[in-house]
Amino acid sequence: MIGVGGAYGKLYGGPVVRDLLEVYTTVVRAVPELVLILLLYFAGTDLINQLLTALGHAAIDINGVVAGIGVLGVVQGAYSTEVLRGAILGIPQGQIEAARAYGMPPGLLLRRITLPAMLPFAIPGLANLWLIATKDTALLAIVGVNELTQTTRTAAGATKAYFTFFMAAGALYLVLTLVSNVVIGRVERWARRGMPSIAGPH
Amino acid sequence: MIAQGTAPALKYTAQNDAAEAIHVENLHKRFGELHVLKGVSLSARDGEVIAIIGGSGSGKSTLLRCINCLENPTSGIVRVNGEEIRMKADSHGHTVPADRKQIERIRSKLGMVFQNFNLWSHMTLIENVIEVPVHVLGVKRDVAIAEAEKLLARVGLAEKRDVYPAYLSGGQQQRAAIARALAINPRVMLFDEPTSALDPELIGEVLKVIGDLAREGRTMVLVTHEMKFAREVATHVVYLYNGLVEEEGPPEQIFGAPKSERLKQFLRNVG
Repeated sequence: MIGVGGAYGKLYGGPVVRDLLEVYTTVVRAVPELVLILLLYFAGTDLINQLLTALGHAAIDINGVVAGIGVLGVVQGAYSTEVLRGAILGIPQGQIEAARAYGMPPGLLLRRITLPAMLPFAIPGLANLWLIATKDTALLAIVGVNELTQTTRTAAGATKAYFTFFMAAGALYLVLTLVSNVVIGRVERWARRGMPSIAGPH
Repeated sequence: MIAQGTAPALKYTAQNDAAEAIHVENLHKRFGELHVLKGVSLSARDGEVIAIIGGSGSGKSTLLRCINCLENPTSGIVRVNGEEIRMKADSHGHTVPADRKQIERIRSKLGMVFQNFNLWSHMTLIENVIEVPVHVLGVKRDVAIAEAEKLLARVGLAEKRDVYPAYLSGGQQQRAAIARALAINPRVMLFDEPTSALDPELIGEVLKVIGDLAREGRTMVLVTHEMKFAREVATHVVYLYNGLVEEEGPPEQIFGAPKSERLKQFLRNVG
């Protein structure tokens, strides 16, 4: 979602929107995720709470899971902005032009033409991002999320069976990836329905 | 117009008092330093077939694209259906449409056919044809499908309705694109070099479809390199040279007795 908004803003937005997005994608992609997570979690919750108290509300305790998902969303949004921007640029311009020539308003054009037409170009990149994201969850341990790697370490440390537990964790990541691949493969076949395969029609 | 006692051919039946579907007046278009159109006027009444001819870079495609604002004219008047397209200057000093809704309304009455077909590649032919009627014009889906099937049958593609464009020849794709344009029941059909991207043996099938439309009295503006075809179907021919109308008139005059030296030269080169 952030990616679609970002890519659209970068391609068609006014100069201010474009500059802001440029700053967003550059900063987020430049700073290590671990630092971002710490920054957004600790500094972010602090900021929200200060804002809340200033407005006369009670401070809230932000859940690590929510914060973690939020941070990963922001990070993935920055990367997917670029993936989607590339995909939109990959659409034959004439197809967009044809939609405009038939009087499609911009929202409809995005929904009916641009998004489905860019999907085949975006899926490989988005699939990469998704797989990276599944592993990035390990970083969320630092803000107290009970995720796989951290739990494994605890269990392994308690039982001293490091090999077993880390192999098991690796296997779980592998299963997650394999399942993802199957799903992504399906989606990609669907998205490429109008395109003959490179090997030619069969 | 025709004084002889013989029955006039259908293409002469366009009356001078027929309503003006398209009116272009003193149109200028600049791309930065490049002055592509330097004050062109053009008019198409209902039932007329206007052929725009001219060499490469003469501005003929740009002129066509200014009619539905795919290019924004720098100055001049464009009226479609008697409605003048309102323009304004944006913050960079470019002329842009003042009212997006107006442009969309006007565009939905103009059936544009492109040089490169521009069918939507993620949709089958039937989906391509019903897309605009269903999602822009608000036609009921089953009504649109019934209509689209008729149109596809008409361009000889009935059995290809569920095929994706990439699996079709250029000629088939262009015929489907014509069906897509007809599906909006356009007041005017705009053809932008519809056969220029086709292999020679596929040109005939597309010209036949366009010719049939002309003969049944559809109003059309046609940018083309097919001189023989223009002579057969056009009621009026406009020869553009270097962003200006160099000569215009009925096809007999333009092709039979050209006055301008440049037009004579052009016809010798393409003929």
